[in-house]
Amino acid sequence: MPTHLTGALAFLVLAAIAPVLPAWLVSLATISLANALVVLGLIVMWRAGLVSFGQALYYAAGAYAVALLSRSTGITDGFLMVIVGAAAATVVAFVTGFLLARYREIFFAMLSLALSMILYGVLVKSETLGSTDGFNVAPATFLGYAPHGRALGLALFWLVLGVCALAALAIGAYFRSVAGALALPIRDNEIRVEFLGISVNRLIHVKLAIAGALGGAGGALAALAISHVDPEMAYWTTSGGFVFVTILAGAGSVAAAFVGSFVFQLVRSIAVDLLPATWQMILGAVLLLTILFLPDGLGSVLAWPGRKRPERPS
Amino acid sequence: MSAILSVEALEKSFGSLVAARDISLDVPPEQTIGIIGANGAGKTTFINMITGHLRPSKGRIRFEDRDITGRPSREITRLGISRSFQVAQIFPSLTVFENVCAAAAVARGSASAVRQAATPLRSDATMAEAEAVIALFQIARYRDSRAATLPQGARKLLDIGMAVTAWPRLLLLDEPTSGISIEEKFDIMEVVMTALKQRRITVLFVEHDMEIVSRHADRVLAFHDGTVIADGPPESTLGDARVQALIVGTRLTLGAPAQAGDA
Repeated sequence: MPTHLTGALAFLVLAAIAPVLPAWLVSLATISLANALVVLGLIVMWRAGLVSFGQALYYAAGAYAVALLSRSTGITDGFLMVIVGAAAATVVAFVTGFLLARYREIFFAMLSLALSMILYGVLVKSETLGSTDGFNVAPATFLGYAPHGRALGLALFWLVLGVCALAALAIGAYFRSVAGALALPIRDNEIRVEFLGISVNRLIHVKLAIAGALGGAGGALAALAISHVDPEMAYWTTSGGFVFVTILAGAGSVAAAFVGSFVFQLVRSIAVDLLPATWQMILGAVLLLTILFLPDGLGSVLAWPGRKRPERPS
Repeated sequence: MSAILSVEALEKSFGSLVAARDISLDVPPEQTIGIIGANGAGKTTFINMITGHLRPSKGRIRFEDRDITGRPSREITRLGISRSFQVAQIFPSLTVFENVCAAAAVARGSASAVRQAATPLRSDATMAEAEAVIALFQIARYRDSRAATLPQGARKLLDIGMAVTAWPRLLLLDEPTSGISIEEKFDIMEVVMTALKQRRITVLFVEHDMEIVSRHADRVLAFHDGTVIADGPPESTLGDARVQALIVGTRLTLGAPAQAGDA
């Protein structure tokens, strides 16, 4: 499969060149790959026509789960942290899914936003969780190996890269599965899907849980990369940022999430550097240009291997 | 041979409005039954009760010796009853092949959420079934066109083809020719009925064109005011005095104008 080959090649090249890259670029790549997991979750939902404006709920749930585990038990193992973060967010997504899976369109978007703002409110009011300041997360260890400084940054990058590779493989397979490939049919005509003999709400519930797991893993990795958690991680602007990247990336492929997220972080860093006070203008312009000239997102430049555009009517 | 479908004293009321009452009948396997009746006579209500879209207020529905009264539509589809719709229900942004593939994959797939996420949609078996159905319904020339661009007749064929991928034993067609031009109608019905005969499917179809009914039905049910007023071979039902007075019109000549549309 050429897609798998390209992916594997990109993975190996990134893993190999990381030690010679400047530290700022490695940390930028680490954060953007962690966020790309959340974006991948948004793509899973978007393919079925659902846009969540509250994905920061699962991001923050994953991050706080990891931070609390580390603070209360002293466990710092990076591999375990990712699993814990993903599991915690999956549980949250599964529970909220009973409600959310019944809504569509703007109602789904607003309800997901409202749920994330509930978590934000709780976090801000919780003195023991550091209120608006949040609290620090101890440096990660890796099966007993406890690096510092640049070595820690590299180790984290490799961890994120590995998680992303696994997620890309799993989600790629999901997109080709019966449950995953029915996303477009659901967006087109739910009644028909129901009459084929399958429950649309349950298909969507599974998508929400998958997106939650990805959001939680992303949040856990971000918490480790920043060594800090705070309520901003659950705030609606964080959710909005993820939606921004999703539009930038497009829902065409798994790879789009990673490329889109990296481009977003890069553009933002450069924009902040150039115009410290009005950098948002540059981001806005980039989004506008993307929508105008690449309506299917940056991912459409990579094309969508294995899927030819259907022919125009003859 | 015992009946594949048997309906006993079926009734449906919406508040004080009785949409269907006292419907009882047995359908032997591989019979093709035409359902006629004026708008609001209860034809679609009857179909909706069998497919689980509406829950009957009274009565029993048995399919292959199993009581299916009031079961959800998804379950009924899995038991072997499929349906097509008056307005073709397709996936407009997918190609014809992708439409049929999706239908075939669901029909062959497991009902478990985990297995649905673990089995690929495009297995050899589903793609072979999709190709077979496309050939059977003679829509191969539209195979790679988006369903949204299809002419009305091809949409109907696609809709029925998707229902057939489930290998149903009983298929309900709600006005298969509505919205299709007079010139196309007869050819389309010919394709549909030949395909369904080939797969030995028992068929109930709602139709307003009496010429199509008499050509394709082995048996005709006439609905009026929520109940069946005549049930028998086409000649006898269409010749019945009440049916002529209430539904067909007294001068039944071949090619009599069809009553279009139903609620």
